[in-house]
Amino acid sequence: MQKLLLLGAEAIAQGAIDGGMSGVYAYPGTPSTEITEYVQHYDLAKERNIHSQWSANEKTAMEAGLGMSYAGKRAMVCMKHVGLNVAADAFINSAITGSNGGLLVTVADDPSMHSSQNEQDSRYYGKFAQIPILEPASQQEAYDMAYFGFQLSEKFSIPVMIRITTRLAHSRAGVERKPLLDQNELILPSNPTQFVLLPSIARKQYKGLLNSFAGFIEDSEESPFNHYFEGTDKKLGIIACGLAYNYLMENYSETELTHPLLKIGQYPMPRAKVEKLMKECDEVLILEDGYPIIEELLKGYLGKEKVHGRLDGSLPRDGELNPNLIAKALKLASEEEVTEISEDVKDIVKNRPPAMCVGCGHIDAYNALNEALSDYGVGRVFSDIGCYTLGALPPYNAINSCVDMGASITMAKGAADAGLVPAVSVIGDSTFTHSGMTGLIDAVNESSPITVMISDNFTTGMTGGQDSAALGKIEDICKGIGVDPEHIIVFTPLKKNHDEMVAIMKKELAYKGVSVIIPRRQCIQTTKNVALNERIRELNLR
Amino acid sequence: MKTDIILAGVGGQGILSIAATIGMSALSNNLHLKQAEVHGMSQRGGAVQSHFRLSSKPIASDLIPKGGCDIILSVEPMESLRYIDFLKKDGWIITNSTPFVNIPNYPDVDEVIAKIKERKNVIILDADKIAKEIGSPRSSNIVALGAATPFIDIPFESFEEAIKLIFKKKGDKIINANIEALRAGRAVADAR
Repeated sequence: MQKLLLLGAEAIAQGAIDGGMSGVYAYPGTPSTEITEYVQHYDLAKERNIHSQWSANEKTAMEAGLGMSYAGKRAMVCMKHVGLNVAADAFINSAITGSNGGLLVTVADDPSMHSSQNEQDSRYYGKFAQIPILEPASQQEAYDMAYFGFQLSEKFSIPVMIRITTRLAHSRAGVERKPLLDQNELILPSNPTQFVLLPSIARKQYKGLLNSFAGFIEDSEESPFNHYFEGTDKKLGIIACGLAYNYLMENYSETELTHPLLKIGQYPMPRAKVEKLMKECDEVLILEDGYPIIEELLKGYLGKEKVHGRLDGSLPRDGELNPNLIAKALKLASEEEVTEISEDVKDIVKNRPPAMCVGCGHIDAYNALNEALSDYGVGRVFSDIGCYTLGALPPYNAINSCVDMGASITMAKGAADAGLVPAVSVIGDSTFTHSGMTGLIDAVNESSPITVMISDNFTTGMTGGQDSAALGKIEDICKGIGVDPEHIIVFTPLKKNHDEMVAIMKKELAYKGVSVIIPRRQCIQTTKNVALNERIRELNLR
Repeated sequence: MKTDIILAGVGGQGILSIAATIGMSALSNNLHLKQAEVHGMSQRGGAVQSHFRLSSKPIASDLIPKGGCDIILSVEPMESLRYIDFLKKDGWIITNSTPFVNIPNYPDVDEVIAKIKERKNVIILDADKIAKEIGSPRSSNIVALGAATPFIDIPFESFEEAIKLIFKKKGDKIINANIEALRAGRAVADAR
């Protein structure tokens, strides 16, 4: 069979489809977006009637995935690492309910923060929930883990996490497919109360989870994803997790690796294999792309001389790993070889930060907002996460915060409670339905003197133009939440409308209650998308 | 064979089309490949790079080690210098000479070009101008790729076949424009 050339993210999608998945649930977020997009654009997925529409946020996605699993079918939930924070309530509890049909939670972490606010390591969440975690080292393993992950989930009736990082998610390589498996039939859980987390039942379920743990370790011990490579040079043993294995082996493409090596792809850690390595080697180097979670575990309070990694400076404490950093940790390369940047080039090569596209509507909205706020001075604009966050950069310098999805409205409310009046919130259409609506209810209930600007471009722009759950509904939602219709104002953010926009903004900034202003113009990246235009037309004709 | 390439440019300049073309060519020659690319926020006008690794043997890392890169292929001059520490001493720089100026402090282009020329093996071509001359101004990325093809151990015909496959849905006109762009770039390299 000819190999497919797939991104790591796409390999997970293909593996899940071939492994009998009936639905994927997700909210777009770099670097996880391509998993769901792959399912959406794949004819076989359509033929097999696999659900792949975007969810409003990661929590609704997690819950819907759990519902599909409840009904006996195989489901996957996908998100980026910070999305798991949003889904955390449902995610942790899903370990207590357990699953019926196979349930995979694929989380894409972003060490080095290529496109994120933090570099949290989702393996902690998996450990926190006490479920098995799979961590692929290659695109092929990403495929295999999604394919076999459903079977692992069903074997223990437990959700299984697949943890990838940006580098694997967005790197392409050849992947070999396995036979296409049938989807599950609709079947209710055999235990009728399993999914009812009343305290009395939850306590029982939790004991069941704890009792399963020995089985998870046993499975890890036998797992083909955890492999012990014998070595003759036992002065140093190496544990390499996920992608770090590749960076290690890159240093041994010409020579032989003589150290004993434990390659980890499935957690909880295979205890016997770890003990063997710790016992037979004088010292151990831990390679993990993310937090030093295994290193901390093995270091404990004692034996710290024996364990090396990110905590003792053998590797940097933050950022993603690469072959050079590992060469340095193995003393195969000097500090200079790894960190040196040619001095003469450093002066010429300038940073080139991302920027809002030329002609983007957000720019016109920010120019108007800056002018409207000039009477009040700077420091009043709370923003959210999306393309408009780039308004923080010069020449706009238009926003003062960006913390998490939905934080703009609630932070503006808190600041207004503190006396910063007016306070302004800037949020995008997709982010508004993701996590902005609930904050707006709080503001409406207290008539907080805030101005909420929902910058509507009909899409989720930052991640490449996915459907926005808010499409065609924003005014109705705001009305339903209780915003006074007289203070819900829509206009088109264009240069020629600048004065009109400034006048509207000034008027609403002076209003001592909740105002919603909606600059509305299609994302210039999606204007050529005919299908979307047609959909908007349909909605307008309703 | 083993060729490690860094593709460099700015989000939206067609780096991923170049990567797809090389990828497809490599696949038809049964080569192993790994190609790490940048998505998301950086694509909004930011510096974008793709590590592209080709080999007749399995490849371990998705990232090229520093000092191990055979070719830097850049669709814009300053970006070719950003990754210079990755290039082998005798590695090749193939770069477009037309700058993409979307920052206020873009350096003096002559200074950039002079710095590139300090390296031993360099091809600098005005891919934008060549693309315009053949009536296909949007194919400057493929012109740059054409100039790099002599240094990638894959038959030239495979690149043409790859372009046919990649632009299949866009019709013959686009296919032919890109093949012409590829050949024009190749001609520059052959004439050096």
